[in-house]
Amino acid sequence: MALALGGYFSGTSNVVTSSLINTQEWFSSRFVALQDLLTAPRDITTLRQQNSELQNEVADLQAQVIQLQQQVGETQVLAALVDFSRARPENTYKAAAVIGRDPSPFLYYVIINRGSNDGILRGMPVVTDQGLVGRVDAVIADAARVQLITDPASRVNVYLQNAEEEASLVGSLTGDITLELIPQDSIVETGDLVLTSGLGGGYPPDLIVGQVVNVRSRDFDLFQQATVQPVVDFNRLQIVLVIVNFKPVDISPLFPTP
Amino acid sequence: MRNLIAVPVIILAVILQSSIISRVTLLSGYADLPLIMIAAWALQEHVDTAWHWAVATGVLVGFASGIYWIVPVVAYLAVVALAKVLQLRVWQAPLLAMFSIAFLGTILLDAFVYGALRVSGVSIPLRDAFGLQTLPRTLLNLLLSIPVYAVIRDLARWVYPTMETE
Repeated sequence: MALALGGYFSGTSNVVTSSLINTQEWFSSRFVALQDLLTAPRDITTLRQQNSELQNEVADLQAQVIQLQQQVGETQVLAALVDFSRARPENTYKAAAVIGRDPSPFLYYVIINRGSNDGILRGMPVVTDQGLVGRVDAVIADAARVQLITDPASRVNVYLQNAEEEASLVGSLTGDITLELIPQDSIVETGDLVLTSGLGGGYPPDLIVGQVVNVRSRDFDLFQQATVQPVVDFNRLQIVLVIVNFKPVDISPLFPTP
Repeated sequence: MRNLIAVPVIILAVILQSSIISRVTLLSGYADLPLIMIAAWALQEHVDTAWHWAVATGVLVGFASGIYWIVPVVAYLAVVALAKVLQLRVWQAPLLAMFSIAFLGTILLDAFVYGALRVSGVSIPLRDAFGLQTLPRTLLNLLLSIPVYAVIRDLARWVYPTMETE
């Protein structure tokens, strides 16, 4: 006892103690491993259940996120349209959702969910907060068909803001829009803004149509041509505004018939 | 009485065409579900209402589209006529007949629309119309013709139960 208290057995006791601890550790770890092995099936069942519940929860939350993102997108579009209509108080607008497109790919028309019941009439211009979309071509009680400015049969009288020159904007089969009838002597540059001129009475003046991206001028042509990048993304049209206080003028009786 | 199923089926086809299929584009073209449906219906044996379906679908498509309503009516009637002729020639391989009708019918319909647009004064380059519209449209219609044919065949068996007993 005296030797032990004097520290003479400390080396031996350390060896013994560490051996005991290692042995206990070995037993303990094996026991825990065995316990895990025996209780594992129960845990796996619980985990699978929890996993399934969590997966369901994730799916629900993802659906909510998609729904909310959609609502945010719609709200942003509506807010932009409200801003646009406030900026032009002289016009009265009726918002409409795009619910379909023309069944034939040769034509660029969209169908909107507002019709004569909402005061929509044939010929009314259709815009978004970005710019001109087209005009109403046909109307029924609760829907209307809108001819886009990209339609091959569409023709809009426009003017180039910088060049102060008037021209005619036509659609095409590919959905591109082109400026025609630009006089050879006028200077048209890339980036020039294209706006409706109001000539012909089909559209109100000063609606933004797009920007010139390419000018084609050949000496042997009577007029210059220019490709225009429309400000409206026609592939993503969701909500549009119909200008309901604009009355288009039919000037066709003024032209002599052969 | 079962023939009345044509009404909801045709309306559904035109709605799907206008709202969904017209947004799935390849180059500038997209598939034509009403055309494929009419072709598949006309190819079924015992079916004698294909002409009625063609007129009804044509009128409805003409109503939704900016093209003159008579154009799709005439085009769909021509497709039915083509299908009836082919049905007699390749009656042992209905799917082959379906592919042939999808191919020829697309070209026929597009030719009618192109002609109508040219007559009304719309200038469209033929090369663009063929390369950007008709060719991709033909491919999409060929792809669409397989599932549509299967669905329409089941529908025809339901409308004309005698087909199953033979």
